Amino acid sequence: MLTPLNLKALSQQPELFAPGHRMCTGCGAPIVVRMVMMAAQHPVVVANATGCLEVSTSIAEYTSWKTPWIHSAFENAAATIAGVETMYRSLKKQGKISDDIRFIAFGGDGGTADIGFQSLSGAMERGHDITYICYDNGAYMNTGIQRSSATPFGADTTTCPVGSDNPGKLQQRKDLTRIMAAHDIPYAAQASPSHWQDLMRKVRKALDIRGPKFINIISPCNRGWRTQTNDAIQLSRLAVETCYWPLYEIENGTTTITVTPRAKRPLSDFLKPQGRFKHMFAPENAWMLEAAQKHVDAQWERLQREQMLFVKPGTSE
Amino acid sequence: MTKMVAATGNEAIANAMRLADPDVCSAYPITPATEIMHYFSGFAANSQVNTEMLLAESEHSAMSACIGAAAAGGRVATATSSQGLALMWELLFIASGMRLPIVMAVCNRALSAPINIGCDHSDSMGARDCGWIQLYSENAQEAHDNMLQAFRIAEHMDVRLPAMVCLDGFITSHSIESMRWLPESAAREFTGRYQQTTPLLDMAQPASYGPLILSDMYMEYRKAHEQIMCQVPQVVQDVADEFRRISGRSYGLFESYRLEDAEVAIVVMSSAAGTTKDVIDQYRDKGIRAGLLKPRLYRPFPYTEIGLALKHVKAVAVLDRSDSFGGSCGPLFLDIAGALSCQTERPVLVNKIFGLGGRDYMPEQARQVLDELLQLTQGAPVTSLKQYIGVREAAC
Repeated sequence: MLTPLNLKALSQQPELFAPGHRMCTGCGAPIVVRMVMMAAQHPVVVANATGCLEVSTSIAEYTSWKTPWIHSAFENAAATIAGVETMYRSLKKQGKISDDIRFIAFGGDGGTADIGFQSLSGAMERGHDITYICYDNGAYMNTGIQRSSATPFGADTTTCPVGSDNPGKLQQRKDLTRIMAAHDIPYAAQASPSHWQDLMRKVRKALDIRGPKFINIISPCNRGWRTQTNDAIQLSRLAVETCYWPLYEIENGTTTITVTPRAKRPLSDFLKPQGRFKHMFAPENAWMLEAAQKHVDAQWERLQREQMLFVKPGTSE
Repeated sequence: MTKMVAATGNEAIANAMRLADPDVCSAYPITPATEIMHYFSGFAANSQVNTEMLLAESEHSAMSACIGAAAAGGRVATATSSQGLALMWELLFIASGMRLPIVMAVCNRALSAPINIGCDHSDSMGARDCGWIQLYSENAQEAHDNMLQAFRIAEHMDVRLPAMVCLDGFITSHSIESMRWLPESAAREFTGRYQQTTPLLDMAQPASYGPLILSDMYMEYRKAHEQIMCQVPQVVQDVADEFRRISGRSYGLFESYRLEDAEVAIVVMSSAAGTTKDVIDQYRDKGIRAGLLKPRLYRPFPYTEIGLALKHVKAVAVLDRSDSFGGSCGPLFLDIAGALSCQTERPVLVNKIFGLGGRDYMPEQARQVLDELLQLTQGAPVTSLKQYIGVREAAC
């Protein structure tokens, strides 16, 4: 029976992701992982790309994973879980296994949008029954805050440092959720730990759908974002409310915005608390704030128009 | 009854895989190994095997999926060549470090640049220290037999390590040979079934594969791997003995050909050994005591046994089908020199680099090498430790 998505019921459910791991204080990733694992109502096998999550949860002879877990390399979590899932299908077909198992891969944005991109795209195209979850903290945080293709415009990182000749990252981030949706997979979604019921509902939906699924989840990193250790949830909420990180899903080609902010806040509300964007608030860099806002506005506009394509005639929205 | 068949090396490998009936095969096309998966995909498409195919988008993902599938708990096989093996390199260490008995056919092919699809051993030699078992095959018959035995060796409880079965690209992979195959039932009984001891799919006993091992224990894991590798030769021999009983074909860690009383000998692997044996027969007919040693198990390398087999020879030429650039010698030469280093009585050694990028190895080259060795036995000095043979000297 499904555990209802309320705190009382969930707090009584045994957890598959144990405490005692060595993720940084205030990190968003273990919060995200805990929510994902709590949402799962079936036996789950997990693959993990190399990264903060992997390295901090599997320091031998301890493991935080109370469910089967495999880490192979940085760029191959999707191919690895695809191999596990293929063996599962083979053994199931041969009558050698009876469990009804779900397969989840976790990767950071570097392991997913950059080095693991080909592996992920291949696994999605082949149609494996897997759910790939990217926890996006917007840089290579594990190796020391280097830029990734998911790093937002303007961010100060260790490989695009703000200096006299460089105002931070000059490119907009790669929109991985849309790229995954373009694979015409049955389910692609974007979620945030600030909206935990929305997140867990999306995970449950993904795990109930057969075929390849992708969920991109924003995951604040106080080390890389240059923020406090107690504001991961607040920041991820601001990411949603500024429409920097809209919450939506694309199910069988139909786009639905799952949480529409009551009032869209200016992007600077999300950027201002973060040290990585501090330079953007200098008067000479006003153009950067404008460019970033313009990009978010255009993306939000596009997403709303995309949703409208699927609104049935006669409905109010 | 064994049956005579005419088949290419790739067909022989694919049929050995069919008889082993892996639970998962994951692969990516590359010349000259591609054809193995053509044949095998046909078997899978016609219910001749229980295998689920995973046709990956790269060799990197193909090996990654093999790792995931093998950890999940079942028999896994693949095939590759050259650049494909190079792309897998990172994962080869992961497969062996996780003790996953994946069996992989490698159709040996040169590496780029310059791009070349012909045979040499640069690809698998580059992967010789990645903790996999490596068996080399002289011809399609050996490739077939090695492939059948590789499943038993890799999956043996004393081993549980991945294994490569190497055959010469095109020369063996694409040439049609007549050979003997075991009756289907005998071959299937020989390959048996594989039981993973700690499958990832065992939900009752959740395992964590691939954890972080820090400097407090990493070296102990590496030493354990080395110790396991040291147990491999015995298993290889035991499996070969069992195979001989059902097939009548004998295999060892290496093959000695007219070596017992030889004064001069050539050490060479794979298809070139066949050509060399013919030339050795010609020299023997002339009363010259020539012999050959053909390594079969190259990793782990049977140092002691090979050292003992060669120590009485006066002069030995080691023929490498790959080179270690920069004044060092070919990898096979270095291992042979290592095998002889602890013998007080030992031959004069020279190293010849031959057959790169599909360059034909001709009987004339073997004769040239044997003649040089005979001069060395008569006191001539070694003029060059390493020398390219069959090369256009004027062109380089």
